[in-house]
Amino acid sequence: MSILLSKDSRVLVQGLTGREGSFHAEQMKAYGTNLVAGVSPGKGGSTQLGIPIFDTVVDARQETGADVSGIFVPAPFAADAIMEAAAAGIGLIVCITEGIPLYDMVRARAFVTDAGVKLIGPNCPGLVTAGQAKVGIIPNHINREGAVGIVSRSGTLTYEVIQGLSQAGVGQTTSVGIGGDPILGLSFSEVLRLFKNDPATRAVVMIGEIGGSDEEAAADEVISPGFGKPVIGFISGRTAPPGKRMGHAGAIISGNTGTAASKLKALTQAGAQVCDTIEEVVAAAAAAVGQRSGAVPR
Amino acid sequence: MKFLEYQVKERFRAAGIPVPDGRLAKTPDEAALAAGALGPIAVKAQVPVGGRGKAGGIKLAKTAADAKRVTGEILGMTIKGYTVKEVWCETAQDITRELYLGLTLDRDARKPVLILSAQGGMEIEEVAETHPEAIAKLHPDPWRGPLSFEVRDLIFRAGLGPLQAQLTPLVVKLYALARSYDAITIEINPLALTQDGGLVAADGKLEIDENAMFRHKDLHGADESEEDPLEAEARRRKLTYVRLDGSIGVIGNGAGLVMNTLDLVQREGGRAANFLDIGGGAKAEVVHSALELLAGDPHVKGILINIFGGITRGDEVAHGIIEASRDLNLKLPLVVRMTGTREEEGRQLLREAGITPEATATGAARKIVELAAGR
Repeated sequence: MSILLSKDSRVLVQGLTGREGSFHAEQMKAYGTNLVAGVSPGKGGSTQLGIPIFDTVVDARQETGADVSGIFVPAPFAADAIMEAAAAGIGLIVCITEGIPLYDMVRARAFVTDAGVKLIGPNCPGLVTAGQAKVGIIPNHINREGAVGIVSRSGTLTYEVIQGLSQAGVGQTTSVGIGGDPILGLSFSEVLRLFKNDPATRAVVMIGEIGGSDEEAAADEVISPGFGKPVIGFISGRTAPPGKRMGHAGAIISGNTGTAASKLKALTQAGAQVCDTIEEVVAAAAAAVGQRSGAVPR
Repeated sequence: MKFLEYQVKERFRAAGIPVPDGRLAKTPDEAALAAGALGPIAVKAQVPVGGRGKAGGIKLAKTAADAKRVTGEILGMTIKGYTVKEVWCETAQDITRELYLGLTLDRDARKPVLILSAQGGMEIEEVAETHPEAIAKLHPDPWRGPLSFEVRDLIFRAGLGPLQAQLTPLVVKLYALARSYDAITIEINPLALTQDGGLVAADGKLEIDENAMFRHKDLHGADESEEDPLEAEARRRKLTYVRLDGSIGVIGNGAGLVMNTLDLVQREGGRAANFLDIGGGAKAEVVHSALELLAGDPHVKGILINIFGGITRGDEVAHGIIEASRDLNLKLPLVVRMTGTREEEGRQLLREAGITPEATATGAARKIVELAAGR
C-alpha cells in the first residue's frame, strides 16, 4: 500500500520533449514508473524514450489509459497544462514547474477543484512511492521501501530526510513534496488524511517552512483530533526575518502570520513530535516505526 | 515589482478611480510652482516603503513659499534606506472619514481576496488585530471576478451601506486593475471621504507578481536598487539572495535546505550574513559566482556551503569551489558539507585541494561558527 501513486499508475508527462521533461522522464522510467505517454503539442505521432507522444492530453488518455500526469511545461503555459489534464479526466496532476503567475494559478486551482481531481504543486519535487513509481524529480537512489510517509514543502530538505532515513535502514511508503508556492494544490491536511488511512504508513514526517498557515491548519484539523500514528514535525526558517522572501515564493513571514514559532507551537500542541534538526527527525522516525536509527546495516 | 505613490495614482486615474490633482517635483522650485497652480498642497516623499508620514516625509504646505521650504527639507532625506529624490505635490484634501480598500491573495483560500474596512488610514494588519469586526472580506470567483451584488453585500457587511452607490463601481474597478496588472497587493489607504461627499484615493500601493513580469515588459516601477547593493548585484548574477545581518556567508541548494542551514548556524551560536540558493543542477560557474559575491561582502567572516546533490552534482560543485577559492585568493574560512549525487567524487576533489568536507550539516555549522569567531 501507499498513497496517490503505485506501480499500477499509468503516467504521462506533459512537456516530455523538453530538456527538463525528457531528462526526468528517463529517470522516472528507470525507477520503474509505468510511463505510458508524453504530450507535446505539434509533436503527436512521434516517440521519445520509446514512449508515444500525443498532441493533447485527451488523445493520450484515450490511447493509453493514463491516469496520472507530471507537468514539466514552462511557467507561462503551465497553468493551461494543469487545466488541460484536469479537463481530460486525469485523476492526479503533479506540476513541477516553478514561477507560474499567481493569477494563472488561482484560476487553475479553482478549475481543478471544480473538476474534482487532485493537484500536487506547483513548484514541487513531485512524489515517489518507494520501490514502485515516481513522478517528478526526487533522486531515484535515495528511496527505500518501508513504513514512513513524508510530506514536505521543500525539495532538497525532503531529499535529506529520505536519504537520512534510508541510510538508517528506515524505509518510506510515499514521499510527497507539496511545493513552495503560495497557491498550492494538495495541502498538508489533505496529504496527512491520506496517510492516516493508509495501513502501510505507520508514522509520518511533516516538513514545513515559514509562510502561510497550512501547517497550523493541519495541526488543528488533522493531527489534533487524533491522528492515530506518530507525526514528526520540522519547520525550516526559524531564523528568517519578516517580510523577506526566502527563495520559495511562499516562504515569507507577512505581519504576524507565517512565523516558525506559530507553526512549531501548533504542531506541539496538536501532539506532533517537533524536532530541531534533520538528524533528530531521522532518529525520531526510526524510533516511531520501531527501529533504532543506524541499527540496521546499510 | 513595486511602484511609487504617484505611479500608482496615475494607474488609478486611468482606471477611473478618483485621485487628487497632483504634480511631481524634483526641486523646491518645482514644488513651489505646483503649489502656485494647485493651491494648498500635501508634499509627499516618493519612496517605495510605508511609514513615510512618521518619518517626516509628508508635509502640508499652504503657500508656494511653504512648499519650497518643506520640499527642501524632504528631498535628500533617507527613509528606510531610500534617499528621497522626488516629491508628489497634490491638492490638500478636506477629509471627513478614512476607509480602506485593498486586494491581496489569500493563501489559505487559494483565491484573491477583496478587503474593505471602515477603519482606514492605518495598516490593515493593525486593524485586523484591534478591530477585526471592522473588516469585511470577499473572495471573488477567479474566473468571473466580483459581481455587483457580491460587492454590495461586502459594503453592507463593512457597515458602509450609505456609500454603496459610490463604492460598488470603485471596488469593481480596483479588482479589474489588479487583474490587468497581476497585482499581488493593491491598496487604497486611505480611501478618503471628503467634505463634499466624494470618495478619493488619498494614497495607493501596488505590487506586481514577479512571475508575471513577462506579461508586463513595458512597465517601469520604483527603483529598488538602492535598497541593497549586494541584493542588486545578486539579481544581476541571477542568484536567489537575501541579505541578513550576521557574519556567516551561507550557500546551499534549495530554499528549504538553505533556510535550515541558517537555522543551524544560529543554533550553533552564529548568525548568517545571507540566504543564497544556487538552485537545482547548478554548474561550477554558478558556485563560482556565488562565492565571488559573498567574498565581496565585508560583513562575511566565514563561508558555509551546504549541498544536497539531487540533480546538482557534487563534483561539479567542488570544481566551482576550488576554482573560485583560487581565483579569488579566498582567505576566509570555508567549510563544505556535501552529500548526494557524486558526493564521493566531490569530497575527494575538495580534499585534494586542501578543503576538508564535513560529514553533517550540524557539524559543518558548528565548525564555521568556531572558525569565524574572533575574526
